[in-house]
Amino acid sequence: MNKPTPSELANHGFLNSPQNRAIIYQVIALLAVVFVAYYFVNNMFTNIENRGISTGFSFLDNVAGFGISQTLIPYDDGTSTFYDVFIVGLLNTLLVSVIGVFVATVLGLMIGIGRLSQNFLIAKLSLIYIETFRNIPILLQILFWYNVVLAALPSPRQSFTYLDSVFLNTRGLLTPSPIFESGSGFILVAFIVAIISVIFLARWAKKRHELSGEEFPVVKVSIAILILAPLLVYFISGQPISAEYPVLKGFNFKGGFAIMPELLALVFALSIYTATYIAEAVRAGIEAVPSGQKEAAKSLGLKEHVILRKVVLPQALRIIIPPVINQYLNLVKNSSLATAIGYPDIVTLFSGTTLNQVGQAIEIILITMAVYLTISIVISLILNWVNAKMEIKGR
Amino acid sequence: MKLTKIVLLLGLTSLVPNLATAGTLEDVIKKDSLNCGVSTGIPGFSATDSKGVWKGLDVDFCRSVAAAVLGDTSKVKYIPLTAKERFTALQSGEIDVLARASTWTATRDTSLGLNFIGVNYYDGQGFLVNKSLGIKSAKELDGATFCIQAGTTTELNLTDYFKSEGMEYKAVTYDTSGQTIDGFKKGRCDAVTSDASQLYGLRLKMDDPSTLVVLPEIISKEPLAPVVRQGDDPWFNVVRWTMYATLEAEELGISSSNVDAMMKSTSPAIQRLLGISGQAGENLGLNSDWVYQIVKKVGNYGETFDKNVGKDSPLNIDRGLNKLWNQGGLMYSMPIR
Repeated sequence: MNKPTPSELANHGFLNSPQNRAIIYQVIALLAVVFVAYYFVNNMFTNIENRGISTGFSFLDNVAGFGISQTLIPYDDGTSTFYDVFIVGLLNTLLVSVIGVFVATVLGLMIGIGRLSQNFLIAKLSLIYIETFRNIPILLQILFWYNVVLAALPSPRQSFTYLDSVFLNTRGLLTPSPIFESGSGFILVAFIVAIISVIFLARWAKKRHELSGEEFPVVKVSIAILILAPLLVYFISGQPISAEYPVLKGFNFKGGFAIMPELLALVFALSIYTATYIAEAVRAGIEAVPSGQKEAAKSLGLKEHVILRKVVLPQALRIIIPPVINQYLNLVKNSSLATAIGYPDIVTLFSGTTLNQVGQAIEIILITMAVYLTISIVISLILNWVNAKMEIKGR
Repeated sequence: MKLTKIVLLLGLTSLVPNLATAGTLEDVIKKDSLNCGVSTGIPGFSATDSKGVWKGLDVDFCRSVAAAVLGDTSKVKYIPLTAKERFTALQSGEIDVLARASTWTATRDTSLGLNFIGVNYYDGQGFLVNKSLGIKSAKELDGATFCIQAGTTTELNLTDYFKSEGMEYKAVTYDTSGQTIDGFKKGRCDAVTSDASQLYGLRLKMDDPSTLVVLPEIISKEPLAPVVRQGDDPWFNVVRWTMYATLEAEELGISSSNVDAMMKSTSPAIQRLLGISGQAGENLGLNSDWVYQIVKKVGNYGETFDKNVGKDSPLNIDRGLNKLWNQGGLMYSMPIR
């Protein structure tokens, strides 16, 4: 009797074919998932209807009627709607995330490089910093900084003050805010012209350097242009920008620009915590660059900081970027812990106060989750694009 | 974290099919325990004492319901909730009754799928400030910063009041009443605003209560009422008449100390209330001695008021509007007959 070959076996009957069976199993699995999802969603809507809970998104047009301590857009307690509250919360979340990401990156880069320093003190201090702040839960750190900030600051009447224009107290950091009068447009124009000329200067200097090898102090000259040009126009056009100073009136300061202590504490905690992870990513990235590269650069007579900037970092960045993307995403998501200290972010304002005033938990939680999902996806896309640019190109 | 908790509750909503029609009364009897939503710590209303035992006016209301339905005040499971979690917890069926100093408003009553059963404390919003500010009236608070709790009617009333007075304010909104008072202690704000009854409690939590004063202005009506799910009338009836029974008992002079003697009373009204005659208990689906159980094990409304917030408590709040109707207050039980 001949043994059947595998292909003959496969053709023997519909169910015996591995391909068919794979498809059947997948269809069954998919049906099960769809059925379970349908069961839950259907149950939810039936229950909501039975209990007479309002549904839909029409609540967004209703007047909110409560005060918010920090609003980046004009917001009026009496007339602004829940939609405005949503935007206020979203912007506050973005504000703390952007500042946090910026500070964490700068701090993380410095600490990460410091960790590899030849200087014993700098290396050990960086190590202690990383090990301390990386191993304490972020919520505790937020509460810690908030309590430290509040405990260390005096009441408004005994503010720390600098030149009677900058004040620091339990209400936050108050600085003069600029008032733009007619003619201040010229200063803006001067500033833009200065930026353009700096770009051309840099290009010219680079070209000259490549042609003749002569160095030009680009950075110093650029800074001088950027400061002097607008300043000159400012005085020529008759000083059209004045400042509004914060003044103690009754209980609190009026006027000026105020940074609330909740924001300070949140930025502190988030960036200090996230910087530890970024620092470790930076250290790992730098250590992964083959030491031959550094030695080769040294043998060419390049200075230490030039080696770091021109040889090590460009190669290290390829390794650093992917883990750092993760940390940025974490920072944005961790910012929702703002609710613990009363910073008006999207979670506090929208899935907190608004949810309680309106009572439509499902819609509001869905919107809030969609916000974080969108922010995270956008950050991932941007940084994936950056990563693709930095990757080693096949040459 | 709060968000995960709410998401979890939403998940529960979808898991438990048709709770509203299952009948909370049968559920409570079957599981032999009452899930009662209370606050995370409002002195006098619901807070744990040094031994971790729940005490307060709202807690005693939970115990009254448990006494009426189960005949045992120890069969209450207290579930502490922040202001913003409370209604979701009730909607999802995590708790059977919410007794958490919640203000009865039209929006909450009509759009949340919930029903308020009747007022167990008439309150109003007030202000707590440091004496050192030298303020005598809320009208001097222009420009002040307030610490408030998120998800309360307080947030809305504050806006209304300052608008109508043409004054400005800043609000710092915290999650729990503990954080709110903490912010005030650390000087983040000039004043705390909340229901006046809570301010007296918060004042006691401060290191030196004598440095603080509650301003005379009351800027809103805050009728505080227990809440149940909408669409479950038998349970609604049980909870509502439990409250009326405590008021009726006070009106008839029945207290925890004399209830045994009162069982022998010849007064028809007392006989009806204590279930010696009439069908009140049976009609509610309870035992005929339901009011006896409440009064014997918890006490009448006046007793619980005095013990928790009134003259026998550290809060020492005047009974004011919460006196019985025949003593100049608003507390009025529908006749039990």
